[in-house]
This record gives sequence, C-alpha cells and structure tokens, in this order.
Amino acid sequence: MIQLIYLTVLLPFIGFLINGLFGSKIKNEKIIGAIGSSAIGISFIIVAGAFFELLSLPADQRSVIVTLFTWLKTGGLDVSVAYQVDQLSIVMALIVTGVGFLIHIYSIGYMHGDKGFWRFFAYLNLFIFAMMNLILADNFLLLFLGWEGVGLCSYLLIGFWYDRKFEKSTTADAAKKAFVVNRIGDFGFLLGMFLIFMEFGSLNFSEVLPAAAAGGTSEFIFTMIALFLFIGATGKSAQIPLYVWLPDAMAGPTPVSALIHAATMVTAGVYMVARTSVIFASSEVMMEVVAVVGILTAFFAATIGLVQTDIKKVLAYSTVSQLGYMFLALGVGAFSAGIFHVMTHAFFKALLFLGAGSVIHGMHEEQNIMKYGGLKKYMPHTYITFLIAAIAIAGIPPFSGFFSKDEILWYSFANGGFVFWLVGALTALMTAFYMFRLVSLTFFGKERFDHHHVHPHESPAVMTIPLMVLAGLSIIGGFIGIPEVFSGTHGNLFHGWLEPIFAQANSKLASHGSHSHATELILMAVSVALAASAIYFAITVYTKKQEIAAQTASRFKGMYNLLLNKYFVDEVYDATMVNPLVKFSDKFLWKIADVKMIDGLVNGTASFFLRTADIIRKMQTGVTQVYALVMMLGILTALFWIITSL
Amino acid sequence: MNSESILTLLILVPLVGALMVLFIPKGKDSVVRTAGLLISLAAFVVSLFVLDLFDYGKIGFKEFQMVHTFPWISDFNIFYKVGIDGLSLILVLLTTFLTPLTLLATWGNIKVKVKEFTFFMLMLEVGMLGVFLSLDLFLFYIFWEAMLIPMYFIIGIWGGEQRIYASVKFFIYTMAGSLLMLVAIIWLAVEGSNVIGTFTTDLIALYAVGPQVGLDIQKYLFLAFALSFAIKVPLFPLHTWLPDAHVQAPTAGSVILAGVLLKMGTYGLIRFCLPLFPQSAVYFAPMFAVLSVIGILYGAFVAMVQKDMKKLVAYSSVAHLGFVVLGIFAFTQEAMQGAIIQMINHGLSTGALFLLVGFIYDRMHTREIADYGGIAKIVPVYSTMLLITSLSSIGLPGLNGFIGEFLILIGTFKSPVLNNWWYTVFAASGVIFAAVYLLWMYQRVVFGEVKNPHVKELTDMTGREIAIMIPILIFVVWIGVYPSTFLTMTEGF
Repeated sequence: MIQLIYLTVLLPFIGFLINGLFGSKIKNEKIIGAIGSSAIGISFIIVAGAFFELLSLPADQRSVIVTLFTWLKTGGLDVSVAYQVDQLSIVMALIVTGVGFLIHIYSIGYMHGDKGFWRFFAYLNLFIFAMMNLILADNFLLLFLGWEGVGLCSYLLIGFWYDRKFEKSTTADAAKKAFVVNRIGDFGFLLGMFLIFMEFGSLNFSEVLPAAAAGGTSEFIFTMIALFLFIGATGKSAQIPLYVWLPDAMAGPTPVSALIHAATMVTAGVYMVARTSVIFASSEVMMEVVAVVGILTAFFAATIGLVQTDIKKVLAYSTVSQLGYMFLALGVGAFSAGIFHVMTHAFFKALLFLGAGSVIHGMHEEQNIMKYGGLKKYMPHTYITFLIAAIAIAGIPPFSGFFSKDEILWYSFANGGFVFWLVGALTALMTAFYMFRLVSLTFFGKERFDHHHVHPHESPAVMTIPLMVLAGLSIIGGFIGIPEVFSGTHGNLFHGWLEPIFAQANSKLASHGSHSHATELILMAVSVALAASAIYFAITVYTKKQEIAAQTASRFKGMYNLLLNKYFVDEVYDATMVNPLVKFSDKFLWKIADVKMIDGLVNGTASFFLRTADIIRKMQTGVTQVYALVMMLGILTALFWIITSL
Repeated sequence: MNSESILTLLILVPLVGALMVLFIPKGKDSVVRTAGLLISLAAFVVSLFVLDLFDYGKIGFKEFQMVHTFPWISDFNIFYKVGIDGLSLILVLLTTFLTPLTLLATWGNIKVKVKEFTFFMLMLEVGMLGVFLSLDLFLFYIFWEAMLIPMYFIIGIWGGEQRIYASVKFFIYTMAGSLLMLVAIIWLAVEGSNVIGTFTTDLIALYAVGPQVGLDIQKYLFLAFALSFAIKVPLFPLHTWLPDAHVQAPTAGSVILAGVLLKMGTYGLIRFCLPLFPQSAVYFAPMFAVLSVIGILYGAFVAMVQKDMKKLVAYSSVAHLGFVVLGIFAFTQEAMQGAIIQMINHGLSTGALFLLVGFIYDRMHTREIADYGGIAKIVPVYSTMLLITSLSSIGLPGLNGFIGEFLILIGTFKSPVLNNWWYTVFAASGVIFAAVYLLWMYQRVVFGEVKNPHVKELTDMTGREIAIMIPILIFVVWIGVYPSTFLTMTEGF
C-alpha cells in the first residue's frame, strides 16, 4: 500500500477535475457528492493500508520514499515529485483523509440545494490534493506547492459565496485577506528555503535534515532559517502577528471552516515545524520564540473568544488559541505532544464546527448565539455531540483533549518553567469557560429566537452521522497517548511511535527539566479543577444568571469593548500599513513619481526638442533669396578658409 | 528537411506571406484573416521542425546550431548569418506560437484595414524572428529597427484615442536607445580589427573581441548596448513608454508587445551584453540588480492602484521583467535558467491577461475596473480562465510563473557576484504584492454584486476565444508541472 501512496494525491485531483470540468453538466448532487467523497474515502483506505504496512516494518525502516518524476533540476537544485511515508506523515495523512472524508459526507447534506454544489466539491477535493502534497512531500519545494495550494483552496472556499456580504465588507474581501496574509508568511518560507539551499545545497528532507542534525552550519544561520520558516508557520497556522485572516475566514461555508480552518490546513505550520524540528532545535533562541509566540497567541485569542457572539467566531478564536498550544508544545521541545494535539484537536474542533454548522442549518442561517437558546430539545444529536466536543476541548478526563492538552501543559512546566504553565492553565480555564458559555447560550436556557420565523430542526442523518463518528473519536482518541504516569511501563504509545522522527531534535535539546510524577499529577489535578470550575461557572451564569454577564460587561466596559473588537488589531494594521501603502503608491509613486517626475522628464525632453526645433525651423523661411544668400555666405566662408590655410 | 537553410525558411515564410497578403483584393477581409492565420501557422510548423532538428547535445553557451551564412557586405565582413541555440529556440517557439493565437484574437476587434493589419503583424513576426536568429550584429540591428515600424503602425492606426502620442513615444524612446547601440556596434567592430585583424560584425568572431577590450572602454560599450535593451525590457526608470503603448495598442499589439517584444531586451542582455562585455557586466551587475528590484516593487505598487485593467497589467510587466533582469545579473545557472523560463512565462501569462482583457473590452468597450463587478455568475468560463491566468502570473506553485520566480530568487540568493541577501529579500516580497494587485483586480471585476446593469448582458467566451486560451493554459500548466522539457534546452546557460 505504501507504494500506492501517490494515489492519495492523484484521486482527489481526479475528483477535482471531474467535478470541476463536468460538475455543472452532471447537476445531480448525489453523483457529484459520491465522486467527491469516494475520492477521499478511497484515499483514506490506502493511507490506512499504508499505516498498517508501516506498522509491520521494523522501527528503523519506517520511512519510505516513493518517487514519481523529476520536477526541477538545474544547477545544484534537484527536486522530485516524491512522497515520503513515515511515522509523522502517515499520522497527518490519516487525519486529513479521515476527517476530510467525514466532512465530505457531511457537506452533501450541508450544501444541499446550493447552486455551487459541484464547485464546492471540486474545491474541496483540490484542497485535499494540495494538503496531501504538503504532508507527504519529501522536500521543501513540494511541501511549498502544497502549502500555497491549500492557501489557494482556502481563498476559493472562503470566497465561495462571492456575492455575499460579510460583516463590514464582502466574502471576497475576507478571501483576499486570507491569501495575502498567507503570502506574507510564504515569503518567509521562501527565504527559509533559499537559505537552506545555500547552506546545505539541497532541498530534500533526506539530505537537509541529517546534515542539520550533524551540525552543518552556524547557530546564527540555524536561527535565521528557523525564523524564516516560522514566519511561514505563523501565516498558515494563524499565530501572532499573522492570525488576523483566520477569524475572517469564517465567511466560507461551515464545512470549510471545519476542514480547512480547524482540522487540517491551519495545522500545516505545526507539521512543518515538527518536520524540521532538528533545525529549530539547533537554535535555542528560536525554540524560545516559538514557545512565546505560541503561548501569547493561545492566551490572547482565548480572551477574545470570551466575548464573541457569533458562533463561528468563538470557534475561530478558539482554533487560534489551540494552535497556540501546539506551538507552545513545539517550542518547549514536546514535538510529539504538539502533533498529538493536532490530532485530538482535529477531532473535537471539526466536530464543534460541524455541530455549529448543524445549528446554523437548523436556525435558518442565524449565527448569533444571542438569538439561540434552549436548542437541546430541537437538536438532540447535535447537542450531545457538541457537548462531547466541548468537554474534550475543555480538557476533562478521559476525553481526548485532556490527554493532549495536559501533556503540553506538563512539558511547558518541565521544560519551560512555571510561567508557561500558569499562562497555559489560565488559557485552559478560559477555554472551558467560553466553550460552555457557547454551549449554554446555544442549547440551554430560554429560547431567544423568534418562533414565528425560525423553526429549529435537527439536521439529516448524512450530517449527524459524521458528528457521531467524530464524537466517538473525541472521546477515545486520546487513549493512544496516555501519559507514562498512568500507563506505566508501556510508556506513551503515540510518543513512542513518533520517537524516531524527533530523536535527533531531542538529542540536540539540553537535558529536560525535572520529571517528577508527583508534580505531574498535582499540576494535572489543578488544571482539571480549574477547567471544571470554569464549566460550572459558565453554565450557571449563562443559563440562569445572565444578568451577571451583562453587569460584568458594563462594569469593565473598556476591557469588554477591547475584547469585542479584538484589540483593534485589524484597525491598527489598516491604519499603519495597508492604507499608507495604498496612499503612498497612488498619490506619490504613480501620480507624482511616475507621471510627473519620470514621464515628465521624458515629455520634457521631447518638448525641449520641439521648442528648439520650432526656433530653428524659422530659418527655413521658404524664401529662395534667403537660401541663396546663406549659400553664398557659406561658399565665401569656405573659400576664405581654404585660402587662408594654404 | 535541410538543417542548413531551415532558419532562413522560417524567416521567409511570414515575409513572403506578408507580401502575398498585400495582393488579396480589397474587401475580402475573411480571406485576409484566414490567409494570415495560415501563414503564421505555417511558420509555427516550420519552427516545430527546427525543434525537431535541435541537437540537445550541443547546448553550450555561445554554441549555435543550424547556422546559415553568406556574405552580405563583403567589404566590411558583414554577413547574413543566422543560427540557433536553446535561448533562441525557446523564444522563436514563443513567437511562432503566440502570433497565430494573436491573429485569431483580432477577428473580433480589428474591423478596418484588415489587410494592412495582417501585413504588419506578419512583418512584425519577421522582425522578431530575425532578432532572435541573427548572428551578425549588423543584421541584428536591421531586424531590431525594422521591427519598430510595424509596431508603430499597429499602435498608431488601430490604437485607442491617444494612439499617436503613444506610438511616437514608443518609437522615439526605442530609437534613442538603439542609436547608441549602433555606435557601439561600429566601435566594437573597429576594436575587432585591432584584435583579430579584420573589421567584422560577425557575432561569434566578436565574442572573442569584446572581453579583450579594456574595461575603461568596454564599460561604455556595455552601457550603450544595455541602455538600448533596458529601454526595451523596460527596466525602471525607463519604463514610462510601456503603460501608454499598452493602453493605446489594440489587443493584438499588446499581446505581442508584452509577449515577445519586451523579451528582446532581456534576450539582448543575455545574447550580447553578457558574453561581449563580461567584465563590465559583472561590474555593473549590482546597479542592474538594484534597478530590477526597484522595478519589481515599484511596478507592483503602481499596478496596485491602477483603475484601468490594461494599465494594471502593463505595470505588472515592469515588475515581472524586473525578476528576469535580476536573474540575468545574478550569474548563477539557477537564476539564468529561471530568467529564461520567466521570459516565456511572462509571454504566456501576460499575453493571456491582455487577451482576456481584450475579450471583455470587445463586449463592454471599457477597461475601467470599476465598471465591472459580479461577473462570475454571468460569465463563468471567462472568470475561471481569468483566475487561472492571474494565478499563473502571481506565481502559484504548480503553474509556470512559480518556476521562473523561484529559480531566479534562489539563484540570486546564492549569487557570488551580487553576494547580498537583500536583493532576494526585497525581490521576494514582490510575490506578496503580486498577489495583492492581481487578486484585488480579480475580486473587483469578478466577485461581488453586479453594479453596472450592462454587465448582465455579457456573453461568455466564444469557441474561438476558448480555442485561443486553451493552448496557452496548457503550457501554463506544463511549465509548472514538468519544466524539464524547457530547462533542458538552456542547460548550458
């Protein structure tokens, strides 16, 4: 099966071509949906097969490269379209095709009746194609192809309803913003690649990474490479300072938010850093930077999530925050914990988004949670699965989120220090709070919608079954990563599986801090207690005593507005960078520098000659006598000159 | 086929064809159109034979194939001498490929003086092919200047409202540069008589002369050549003829101008400036690199705020060609091959953008971005093609533009001659702004709600228009996915 891995790239592409070229003629939603979904379903089966084949191999042979053809070969550059199947890429591939398949199925129900149904499935398949390239690539350049490809699909899908309004502008604006902000990150990634190529003479992982492990270059260069790559990661994975596109990306259809902007694409940055862990581990500074950016993003995004009223916005900021956790994990050297959280997060966050989609679907496209309330009885399946996901993300044992989040918190304490742990735990507290605020406002309490116009209903089975599968995964998904402190001698299975990938990076990192099991248990208990009390508090406030929330908001009005407006970061970016640049280009570069100065000089030269010629032209009087006179004078002068020089 | 004279045949086909077109009686526009198309297709077929005869084993720098030569002005050792290498081949193919497509594109908008138009287009092709194939500086100069004339008329007769201003500006700008080149050519030939004992304009002979010229004089010779080419590229700050020429030119003129004519500047740099004056080229490399980088950013910024689609694409050319010149002066194989590929890419992508702008102009008679909006639903095929073309121009991996830009940037980064990261850092930031201006235009034209009621009457692309676009898009994808086909032609550079 490993040798067939290229099919998992090819099949989604074929699906894209069929639906993209002929979808508008096929028209039948069932056929279009079946083509789109089966392309991903079959890919998942192949990936699963490859996984088991990998499992059967000895640990040191679990990296297989399947080469298709030479892509770019010139000078010292030699890059192939080649796919690398190993412990890390197979985990990512399982998530992408597995969750991707469920979301495809769900979309058949969600997008039912949409005029662009075929287009939607075409784009979705194209996305999987690009994403598979990203995670299976055996070199930086092919990874970059996937990297930009997923950005394109994100662009197309955010702007899917291109004629709709979105907040103050349009979906098309949101789409463009996502693409451009991502490109800023890609710019960093490109520079990283250039530097890697200059230092290591190759872009293939199989050459660069071992060379980096062996030392290869100075710490300064490692820092620069890691910095550039990390700029790329902050763009794709929505970290400070480039996270601003992700909340706006919610303009896209909800399955897109689930698939691209929660479960898969936004974790690409985490994957990339994990893949190049040995480079990051070679730079102490950059490890610190990654950890700090991660924890800050986690914290600040969570604070914004506390006050948002759009169901998808809450989830969007939650995603930004959870991605921050993943980077925190990477930054403190807990690479496999980061990937573990990528996986569990894919389950519960996809579930949350799909659940939100189900609610939006049942509430006639209403997204304001203030206009929900008491939906539990109308949407029992959606409710129970959403609740499971909320418990999972809040970090209540034994749900999946508990294991992954706790592992991150533990390592941030052990390797990062108390402050990291504290901020991480506070973030966990806020996470539990805003999630259950969301649950309460949506499913509990009074019904705040207009019964005349809105008739809440449960979604069809094609949508709820994927919810249930994901709910199951959200419950049990964490068991493969049970920490040592519970599993004893078996150790952490997930950790063990990824160990060879991160061995070189880990060996580069200085010895880890204390590893006392007692401390680990105490911290675990504290964070669970924090989360549980936040849940209790949120349910109490938002189902029974909403006035408390209102009072708090009015008492801390300044703070509340600051959070509600997301710290005005968008406004600041616009005022300090976007607008000045546009103004400068328009008013100065074009209208003055180009038209007046450069072209003015050109036209000035031309008119100088015209004017001079105009004067000289006067000599051409057309009067024969004048010409004859001048001729005579000329001849006389010439004669005089000849005679005198004799 | 005889490989001795095939290149001459290639030049003769459009030349004889153009003269034949003149004899078609008045009023038979469709006959003229068909004849023009067939002639240009015939030239394309001949160029495919050239491709077939091309020996991939002999692709070194300064190594030419299928050389056809005979004395022309024997007293001065001036020859008619044509030959081909990978660089010429790839540009010849671009020329013969784009010309028929362009002619096909005029069926919708050139309604008056069709015969004259077809004649000039074919003569233009003669000039372009001649420039790419000449191996004698005098011959090259003749073609170089001759090519101006048909373009001058194409803009001046079939252009927009300010066509006269634009065509005169185009003509004088280019002439100003090339006169200095003529002086330099003669100077170099005179130097040649000192070095090798004979006055000659034979390029291959002069390849041995140029490097021997002392740097004090060589610098001026280099600059004289380079100025002429830099105007043609156009390199910042010599670009202001371009927006006017593009906006005023008819679609076909814009396509050929962007697709092929601008490449003559970069071709000239590679063919003449670098090998004839290698020391000076290295000496001036930082200056050219700086101007290129300024052009990349400047072109992007100014493109961003344009309100006219054609002007936007024109300024984007300044940015794209900046990449090419940067690649040329990096002096690494990656960057040079990237520059050559990027010349083709720009020809395809920008040519396609001009075609698409032309198609919609034919329907709406406006190029103002603000007059559009919300056309995605009305003309889906058009919108899709515009998207793919824009993405190719933006440099999305998997499409052609990326390959060129990436090779140029990576080659510049490691360039020992430039030896400075900042060139690449600034140039690479151009990829961000390319996304800004093109996607912004795309968004304002294609997405959103319909504001202009006329937009509702738009009809989607016709079969003819689709037939023009498909071959271009095939190459857009081909170069992006499997660039080896094209890179192997220029491996020696």
